[in-house]
Amino acid sequence: MSGDLVFYGFALLTVLAGFFVVFSRNIVHAGFALMFTLLGVAGLFAQLGADFLAVTQIIVYIGGVLILILFVVMMTRMPRGDSPRRGFDHMVPAGVLAVALFALLYKVATGTDWPVGTPGEAVPTISEIGTRLMTTHIFPFEFASLVLLVAMIGAAILIRERKIEQMAEAADEAAPEVAESAAEEVQS
Amino acid sequence: MTVGLEHYLTVAAILFALGLFAVMTRRNTVALLMGVELILNSANINFVAFSRYVETGIEGHIMAAFVIVLAAAEAAVGLAIVLAMFRNFGTVHVETVNRLKR
Repeated sequence: MSGDLVFYGFALLTVLAGFFVVFSRNIVHAGFALMFTLLGVAGLFAQLGADFLAVTQIIVYIGGVLILILFVVMMTRMPRGDSPRRGFDHMVPAGVLAVALFALLYKVATGTDWPVGTPGEAVPTISEIGTRLMTTHIFPFEFASLVLLVAMIGAAILIRERKIEQMAEAADEAAPEVAESAAEEVQS
Repeated sequence: MTVGLEHYLTVAAILFALGLFAVMTRRNTVALLMGVELILNSANINFVAFSRYVETGIEGHIMAAFVIVLAAAEAAVGLAIVLAMFRNFGTVHVETVNRLKR
């Protein structure tokens, strides 16, 4: 079935890029791999009939969060050879724990007898989501806007200019820009 | 074997384990935040998959949308903290930054 092929394609993209995000020593490469992971997840959403979420994923994550991450990566680059200990810590215990957790989740996912219904045809969800957000979910919706406002103000306060002598010059020049881009990302 | 709920849950489990590994091992704080994004995405896949196969409806989509909102707020504040950290300490590596003030 072609739908299954599409699923395996997106799943492979997500997982391979995810491995690259985690194991790449170069943080810029990891950031670009994260873009493919997020694209793969958006594809999985579309495959599950969540059209609104697929588009939101691309707009908010790739257009917002990822750009913010890449900006910060570029602003916090250290001179080459300045960071002797980069990469990973506690590889073995963390690896054992992660593999054990995956085994547990896999066992639960495949071993449990989920009450699976018959998924009907995927219908457009946007109008339904909009109606629910404005009626039954109006409180969490307004609360989310409050959270975004607080996050925006908090980010702006955190990176405002301070009179500290040993401030890094590069960060010093770049700080106002980040305040703006952070504010923009939060608004989106 | 046709693709069902288990396949999506497996992909989400792999993403979760990867994100957890990144959070536990990476020394660069920005890479650590990327691990958090992976974990949130795996949770979102589970929400939407269950919403499609088990609780057929739209409730899971709304929950996933709120998770995306919170992830955006988290990224903005977290990256602002990383930038403040870089200005105060000159590095973004987690083991170097072990004080709350200079």
